Amino acid sequence: MSLDRARPLLLPLALTLAFELWARLTHLQSDSLAPPSAILAALAAALADLSIPIATRDTLFAAFAGLAIGSAIGLSLGIAFGISRPLDRLMEVTVEAIRPIPSIALLPIALIALGFGYRMEIVIVAFACVWPMLILTRSAVRSIEPRLMEMSRALRLSAPQRIAKIVIPAALPRIFVAFRLSAGIALIVAVTVEIAINPIGLGAGIMLAQQALRADLMLAYLLWIGVIGYALNILLIAAQRRLFGRAALAGDNP
Amino acid sequence: MSIVAMLDEARAARRQKTLIAFNAATLRLGGKTIIENLDLEVRPGEFLCIVGASGCGKTTALRLAAGLYRPTSGAVTFDGEPITEPRREVAIVFQDYGKALLPWRTAAGNISLALEASRVPARERGARIEALLRKVGLPGHADKYPSEMSGGMQQRLQIARCLAQEPTTLLMDEPFGALDAMTRQGLQDEVLSLTHASQTTVIFVTHDLDEAIYLGDRVVGLLPHPGRIGIELDVDLPRPRDQLATREHPEFLRLRRQLFDFIKATEH
Ligand SMILES: Nc1ncnc2c1ncn2[C@@H]1O[C@H](COP(=O)(O)OP(=O)(O)OP(=O)(O)O)[C@@H](O)[C@H]1O
Ligand SMILES: [Mg+2]
Repeated sequence: MSLDRARPLLLPLALTLAFELWARLTHLQSDSLAPPSAILAALAAALADLSIPIATRDTLFAAFAGLAIGSAIGLSLGIAFGISRPLDRLMEVTVEAIRPIPSIALLPIALIALGFGYRMEIVIVAFACVWPMLILTRSAVRSIEPRLMEMSRALRLSAPQRIAKIVIPAALPRIFVAFRLSAGIALIVAVTVEIAINPIGLGAGIMLAQQALRADLMLAYLLWIGVIGYALNILLIAAQRRLFGRAALAGDNP
Repeated sequence: MSIVAMLDEARAARRQKTLIAFNAATLRLGGKTIIENLDLEVRPGEFLCIVGASGCGKTTALRLAAGLYRPTSGAVTFDGEPITEPRREVAIVFQDYGKALLPWRTAAGNISLALEASRVPARERGARIEALLRKVGLPGHADKYPSEMSGGMQQRLQIARCLAQEPTTLLMDEPFGALDAMTRQGLQDEVLSLTHASQTTVIFVTHDLDEAIYLGDRVVGLLPHPGRIGIELDVDLPRPRDQLATREHPEFLRLRRQLFDFIKATEH
């Protein structure tokens, strides 16, 4: 049992050890690589002097704020477009024209309009999070059993009641999958914006380490971002399982 | 007596005799005439059964009466007013109970939905839900989810939700079509006693001719393509009906024969 669970870890562990050995034997001197032991030491130091915890706070704040705003917009639009075919057709071209714009391409405009800092980053993250939420919510709402909608008409539920009591609960498992997807995107986009230009958060931390020619610290940041992303996903999967049971996870990977 | 008063009285008398009326109702959907010139009057308190071959427009006729469709021409009226949208005093029981119940709500929660729609205050709901569950023979199942209930129980639950609307009229679309014979007979008698006690008007669609005669005061047979009335039979069988005695009654057998011949003829 415990051996079974440990097995997937064997390969990465072996590779890390091999790399460590190789780095030591060749007395590795590099601006882009560092032995695992040095990376871990740099990580510990950056955690201890609070530079990584502060950067994490900044990145997560921007990512979650953008995620909240973008998801709310995507959810509302997705529900509206899913319920109303005419509205969906009216907006289709607009949506399909805006959606392919890479969120990072908004950076120059956002920078001029909002300057450096959280606000600009939040706007770009929000833009990126709107689309998966909109597309998946719309299709989830469309696939709601038509009989349920007919029943809600027959019971004379008001439009807000219909959305709150039928549409959202029926689409919720799939909406949550969209939220999980958006959360991953939010983290990626936030770090990207920080690497590109914004002088806050984990992305800026990587850039500083690079400019200081600290390969160990740079890789320590990378490792840490990986840990954060992994933890976030684990957390959301656990939440999903708790909220909707295992059945909800079955239709996860189409 | 003035003319106006006489006219009023005549109108009142007519209204008493007809609750739901199809007046030359025609419905076209997607370029196809599904119902044509349907004339049908349902009296208050009457139990009307509609039979007919598959695809002849039974469900569509029921949807017109429910206000889920509007006629392309002609009129469908309730108590003299055109039906433009679903009405609170008209409840509809769907055949596919599995799809018409909310799987994420318990039995109590599903009944509650109808009370929430009527804006019944939360503190009054509990007692009413309990009474309704008892009424349809599901006491003690309040906390079960539809997926934990048998088909018969789920259909009872749907009926309870409809009764929560306190309807004067029940529209039932092959409600027992998916149930086994024993469950079906039990539910037939329950629906009869539930609706008889409250003088509820019922339009009951079924493809089971025996069921139609057993339940109905009147049976209407529809002809297909487009849907229109082909036969109308008054059922003069004593009430309360009895699963054995009624079905052996000579009149029952005569009506059954007549209806059977009609359906057979429409199938060719
Ligand atoms: N929305 C629609 N658009 C076009 N045609 C429809 C629509 N709904 C039903 N029809 C057609 O109308 C006819 C009558 O359908 P309806 O469902 O009323 O029949 P039914 O008598 O209830 O049949 P069954 O016994 O199989 O339930 C069918 O031929 C069907 O294909
Ligand atoms: Mg039908």
